[in-house]
Amino acid sequence: MRDEAAWQLDVRPARVDEPDTLLIVLGGRWCIDQSLPSADTLTTRLAAPVCRVRFDASKLVDWDSALLTYVSRISKSCMDRGIAVDSSGLPPGAQRLLAMALAVPEQKLAGRDSGPQGTFTQVGAATIEFIRGAPQMLGFLGEVTTGRARFRRRDLWLEIEEVGPRALPIVSVISFLVGLILAYLGADQLKLVGAQIFIADLVAIGMVREVGALMTGIIIAGRTGAAFAAQLGTMQVNEEIDAYKTLGISAIDFLVLPRMLALMLMVPLLTLYSGFIGMLAGLLVSMTVFDIGFFEYYTETLRALEFKQFAVGLSKGTVYGAIVAFAGCLRGMQCGRSAEAVGHAATSAVVTAILLITIAASIMTIVYYQLGI
Amino acid sequence: MNTVPHIEVRDLTMAYGDFVVQGGLDFVVNKGDIFVVMGGNGCGKTTLMRALVGLQRPATGSVVYSGEDFWSAGAEAQQRLKRRLGILFQGGALWSSLTLAENVALPLAEYTGLPPDRVDEIVAFKLALVGLAGFEDFYPSELSGGMKKRAGLARAMALDPDILVIDEPSSGLDPLTARRLDELIMELRDSLGTTIVVVTHELASILSIGNNSIYLDSESHTMIATGHPQDALKNGHPKVRHFLTRGGTT
Ligand SMILES: Nc1ncnc2c1ncn2[C@@H]1O[C@H](COP(=O)(O)OP(=O)(O)OP(=O)(O)O)[C@@H](O)[C@H]1O
Ligand SMILES: [Mg+2]
Repeated sequence: MRDEAAWQLDVRPARVDEPDTLLIVLGGRWCIDQSLPSADTLTTRLAAPVCRVRFDASKLVDWDSALLTYVSRISKSCMDRGIAVDSSGLPPGAQRLLAMALAVPEQKLAGRDSGPQGTFTQVGAATIEFIRGAPQMLGFLGEVTTGRARFRRRDLWLEIEEVGPRALPIVSVISFLVGLILAYLGADQLKLVGAQIFIADLVAIGMVREVGALMTGIIIAGRTGAAFAAQLGTMQVNEEIDAYKTLGISAIDFLVLPRMLALMLMVPLLTLYSGFIGMLAGLLVSMTVFDIGFFEYYTETLRALEFKQFAVGLSKGTVYGAIVAFAGCLRGMQCGRSAEAVGHAATSAVVTAILLITIAASIMTIVYYQLGI
Repeated sequence: MNTVPHIEVRDLTMAYGDFVVQGGLDFVVNKGDIFVVMGGNGCGKTTLMRALVGLQRPATGSVVYSGEDFWSAGAEAQQRLKRRLGILFQGGALWSSLTLAENVALPLAEYTGLPPDRVDEIVAFKLALVGLAGFEDFYPSELSGGMKKRAGLARAMALDPDILVIDEPSSGLDPLTARRLDELIMELRDSLGTTIVVVTHELASILSIGNNSIYLDSESHTMIATGHPQDALKNGHPKVRHFLTRGGTT
């Protein structure tokens, strides 16, 4: 390291008889790895009577973009104040690079978002966006329900495989643990009335009728709904969806309906499976912790499970499957043209799906209760 | 060459929100033209293309195809007009879940009642035309950028459209392939009578294949020249001559 490794800066009137010209003397080393003075400190000097700025770089040892940004900041401030800048004192290379950077004037674009917004504004904007989105959602629903699925059988199989079998491990784990929780919950309450055998009823009806479908719906929303949104979103980014549109081919028929169909077929099956695993967990807990015999538990479960419980569970599973596919595809098709937008589409698909699933679950529970099912 | 107007653009303005990209565009593309859209990066060529092919509603103005105004036509008429167009997107826009052959075959399967073996023949031929014979079973992700471009062109040509709209066919192509593509474009015009609207920066192509053009200016946000590119080079607007000589004239 040489001794001149530090920067030097001297700002003074060019000559005593020339007070309207400011001379900026740059010396030493001006590189990006140093801490350098801010150009802002100089702007106070750019006031009347100064109307010209010159540079003297004869003592400059080494420079890179750090010098260029410093000088261009000064030039900009000068331009704003109507002060002429004479850069002939700078190293020739620096002069050429600065000229290139100034060659294409900055575009002043109308309609650009200005700066970050406050939390309230953001919440307000999000709410308005959601309400404005409702007609779009209904329009999409209309398109989907009037569409005519057209795809190759191979594609449907791929989707089904991706949605169904691959989801088995996670559905198993979660259903088992939820079954276990239900069993403990029931044991605690039923102990009070000495009717612990009814754990079997609680777990069986709870899992088959309600929780199996709900858990599966939520798992699939996170797993498959997000994937759908990301897939369709990426197609949007690549202009693939535009390519369908320009050919007058409905992207709904080709992309959305097969996914919808796959989920409406697979989620009910996963729901059944989830109920089964949950009951298995209940059985294990009852036998090992609460001393209920296998045969006792088994007959009690069979007694509790009527056909209608399965019908309710399956109907819910089908609806949740449709909701997840709908939300995933809707958000994917609405996706913008950037990587960020794809991420947003995936997140928003999961949120929309879980919200709609919860609403649908409440409505169906109330309706089934009223109908006495 | 006959001069039947094929596409008439009347007082077209395109905007993103308040930002007017291009305004006051007025030009006619005749049947059998190779119509070049020129202009610097970001001046709105792709945006114009999207308005022409029905992807982006212009703020004002009309796009008239053989006497029929696209943007005020009903959905059915729009659909019918779209089928006469073939489009190559700037990024290729191949369908990523389909192989090359399936990409080219899909429009054929949609709009023609051809039996599968005839479709396969046509697909193989179109891919061969763009120099991609043998890549039928490749997925878009397995291709290079230039190959995707050419495959996109094969798909755009699949239905032998009346009008081919091409966004930067030769960007990312090596010089020899780019030249072959120019020859292909001229051949399509000469033998099939296709009208071609091409967005390109390739000076050699502009001057050798184009017989009509517009220049979109990014500063005034409107067109500043129209006509044969050779004329524009000889005695057009100074900016256009500047562009066509890579800044050689001032
Ligand atoms: N989705 C969008 N939202 C807002 N502005 C956009 C959008 N897409 C493009 N623009 C703006 O519109 C202008 C024209 O863009 P366009 O893509 O049409 O340019 P281009 O002429 O095709 O450029 P290139 O030669 O680089 O392909 C640019 O200034 C760009 O910033
Ligand atoms: Mg473009």
